[in-house]
Amino acid sequence: MITVLGLFTLTFLVIAALATVQSRNLFVASMWFCIFSLMMAANFLILDAADVALTEAAVGAGVSTVLFMGALSLTAEHEHVRERSGWLPALVLGLLFAVLFAASFEQPRLGDPLAPVHQHVAPFYLSETPRLIDIPNVVTAILASFRGYDTLGEVLVVFTAGIGVLSVLSFSPKKNQQLSGEGVAERVRGVQHHAILRVAGKLIIPLLMLFALVVQFHGEYSPGGGFSAGALFAAAVMLYGILEGADRSAKAMPQDWMLRLAALGAMLYIGVGIVCMMLGGNFLDYSVLSSKPVAGQQLGILLVEFGVGLTVSTVLIMIFNAIANRSTY
Amino acid sequence: MSINSLGLYNYWIYGFVLVIGLYAVLVKGNYVKRMIGLSIFQGAAFLLYITMDKIEGGTGPIFVTPPQPGDLFANPLPQVLILTAIVVGIAVTALGLAITIRIKEEYGTIEESEIREVDRQA
Amino acid sequence: MSLVHHLPILVVLVPMFVAPLLAAVPSRGHLPWLIASLTSLMTFALAIGLTGQVLAHGTVTYELGGWPVPFGIGLAVSPLSALMLLVITGASLMALLWGPASMTSEVGHQHQSLLYASWLLALCGLSGIAVTGDAFNIFVFMEISSLASYVMVAAGPKRQALTATFKYLITGTVGATFYLIGVGYLYMMTGTLNVADMAVRLADVSSTMPVLIASGFILVGLALKAALFPMHAWMPNAYRFAPTPVAIFFAACSTKVALFVLIRFDFLILMPHLPGHADMLIGLLMPLSVAAMLVGSTVAIFERDLKRMLGYSSVAQIGYIVLAFSLLSTAGLTAAIVHIFNHGLIKGALFMAVGTLVLRTGTSRLDDLPGIGKTMPLTTLAFCLAGVSLIGVPLTAGFISKWYLISAVLEHGSLGLVLLGAILLSSLMAVVYIWKVVEVAYFRDPPAESGGGTPLGRREAPLGMMIVLWIVVGANFWFGLDTRLPLGLANMEAPLLMGGQR
Repeated sequence: MITVLGLFTLTFLVIAALATVQSRNLFVASMWFCIFSLMMAANFLILDAADVALTEAAVGAGVSTVLFMGALSLTAEHEHVRERSGWLPALVLGLLFAVLFAASFEQPRLGDPLAPVHQHVAPFYLSETPRLIDIPNVVTAILASFRGYDTLGEVLVVFTAGIGVLSVLSFSPKKNQQLSGEGVAERVRGVQHHAILRVAGKLIIPLLMLFALVVQFHGEYSPGGGFSAGALFAAAVMLYGILEGADRSAKAMPQDWMLRLAALGAMLYIGVGIVCMMLGGNFLDYSVLSSKPVAGQQLGILLVEFGVGLTVSTVLIMIFNAIANRSTY
Repeated sequence: MSINSLGLYNYWIYGFVLVIGLYAVLVKGNYVKRMIGLSIFQGAAFLLYITMDKIEGGTGPIFVTPPQPGDLFANPLPQVLILTAIVVGIAVTALGLAITIRIKEEYGTIEESEIREVDRQA
Repeated sequence: MSLVHHLPILVVLVPMFVAPLLAAVPSRGHLPWLIASLTSLMTFALAIGLTGQVLAHGTVTYELGGWPVPFGIGLAVSPLSALMLLVITGASLMALLWGPASMTSEVGHQHQSLLYASWLLALCGLSGIAVTGDAFNIFVFMEISSLASYVMVAAGPKRQALTATFKYLITGTVGATFYLIGVGYLYMMTGTLNVADMAVRLADVSSTMPVLIASGFILVGLALKAALFPMHAWMPNAYRFAPTPVAIFFAACSTKVALFVLIRFDFLILMPHLPGHADMLIGLLMPLSVAAMLVGSTVAIFERDLKRMLGYSSVAQIGYIVLAFSLLSTAGLTAAIVHIFNHGLIKGALFMAVGTLVLRTGTSRLDDLPGIGKTMPLTTLAFCLAGVSLIGVPLTAGFISKWYLISAVLEHGSLGLVLLGAILLSSLMAVVYIWKVVEVAYFRDPPAESGGGTPLGRREAPLGMMIVLWIVVGANFWFGLDTRLPLGLANMEAPLLMGGQR
């Protein structure tokens, strides 16, 4: 059964990718990309990667698609067909695929328990996490503690993107330029003419926010954690913006507060690390945060995951508001 | 029939998606299309890593009940790496889209060939 | 735990901590610049301290989270890492100290806090790459610095900055993803992400094709980031259209960091255990580097815009560095490492001089600057002296680099003679394009002063800029005479790399 499912999702993945690239209408391409992401997420689930599936669905299928569409509504709906001559890249890429194909025969088969990746580091994490950190979700344990430095870098990447979008879009558009995409004659606020969408959507928003909070704080026990929670929370705000109009969502979540909260999230993460240093450990060594190392680990993980969730959600909201409100900037 | 029968299919699909994404980035003239292609290309990289984590007969690396010796779990490390990579991907996408929006405002177009025209005439 | 123990992480932590604070602070006058400069100064001081540690004790390590490597992420500061840190933090400091007037004139007063916060994030990212010992960690910090640099380049005054940034973004992301895929293959075959550990475990790997693919992907990915020919297309335009202080910072260090990672991967991990990898390096990198040297210098000769000319000159210089380490010898590695250091000084000085001209005249096109040697004598003289260092005249840092490069090349018999010819040819071309500037600057007459007098008159540069510029020019001569620091670090590092150990 699972084999069939796996085969289906993988094959459909390729079909979706091809359809995305070939569509001339860019809105259609975005929707195909959303499907591509969902197939990717389904595939991750089949491969036993639940956290990643959750995040890919929220970020790829959710946030990415909204951002693409937002950008498209400000730029162009159709792609012009004047491509450059494609034979040389196609040839090189074909060769690349052949090389990858040939190499695959020397790679470990899917699921092979003797593969190098299942020796060495992975068994350590699986066997030692209950003793050292004692939370059920090993992925969160690695993400927030064993490799917490990477996750900190991650938060900084998100923060940089946030201030980058603010910086790039801080220059006001020229006054005499026709900005909205083709076909938008009058300014329509949100989906105000579609009552069903509004009512149903507004019912979803609080549930989505609640789910985001659950994912955030239950991330130690079930798939989840800061990234997925942040993306889900941002998705809820984006839904509000789409339904009621982006100016309302910008008023609900003002940009300067979002920036401050994003900075706060990053500072929280760094701050926890520094406190660890001051208490005698290395940077991000949570064991010193409490008299019992395991409790210290759990406290540290809770705090830094919250920092992650805070920064990710506020930055994504900030980016959405900046793009969606562009014509009024 | 187990998941192992899929054997190397994952790798072939990853290779195909990688090539498709790169093709869009290299050949297409429309900037938003290129950003979408970039996201697809990054998606292929994710698939490569997550393919590595599956273990035959294992389950997700979350201890719903305390683990017994002999229980098999999927490898948690690639998942951690890809969680990070996914968010990096969207950060880049968001910035790229913001730049594309500004380019549209400054040039009036987001097609490579037309942009070159505008610059040449300026 | 003393401060000294935490030095490796502090170098990264200081800019990391200040950046979010700076971003949330509203722009008021020169405050963002001041905060950024002080932070950069502190980071530079920390780098110096760390270098002292490394010179005394060899490679310094640090475990993050207190977890032992390879289960946690570990930092490993080798002599080369210390050198890179000095170049990075030094470049940041000199560009910041030089540039407030230039930045404000090109970018305006608004949103400077966002821009300087990005600067600090780039500094944090580059430093993070230099000190880390974990392959995936390199990817994360590479993306931090790359994203920050896209933001900064996009802030350039002309609209072409946007398209240049877009190309830079696409190329950089493809490069980073290639690197990620390469690391994925390596992880697949070894089961670890720590660089030192990977080297050990790779010895047990029997099937070589995936590892070859890994090395290919890593090579291409890093070559894209390093602007190695033929994947250099993004660089000259990015430097041309970025705000000048940003261009100074990057020209002096950012592509070298990608080369640093390449050197580490090639020598530590891949070479000892991958038969045929050495041949691939020589067969692939050497011709490409020679092409970079010749093509870069040739295009620079015909380029009319000074900033872009310097960009193409950098393509050639990167060719020198890659040629040096593709020789696979201790002497070659020493030459490469020394040139990474010296090139930062040379290009930094050149870009600063050009930037000063741009500030006062509003243009960087050579044709618009006749007689500039007479109206801005000190600046032009600085440019000429730095140019002399670029060419490699004795007494300059550039000469030291060329000397070591040539001695390394001559170890290779007849091939060495061919390479020597290429090096001399490209140096000669450097003379040509520097002379072009000299000719326009000194041997043509400045235009007659137009009747109302422009506000950006052709006066000499502001004092602060001149001081920093001349300090860097002076450093070119200092390190041309006293080579103990770069050479000391290079001599410590080269045997380690050749021996395939950390």
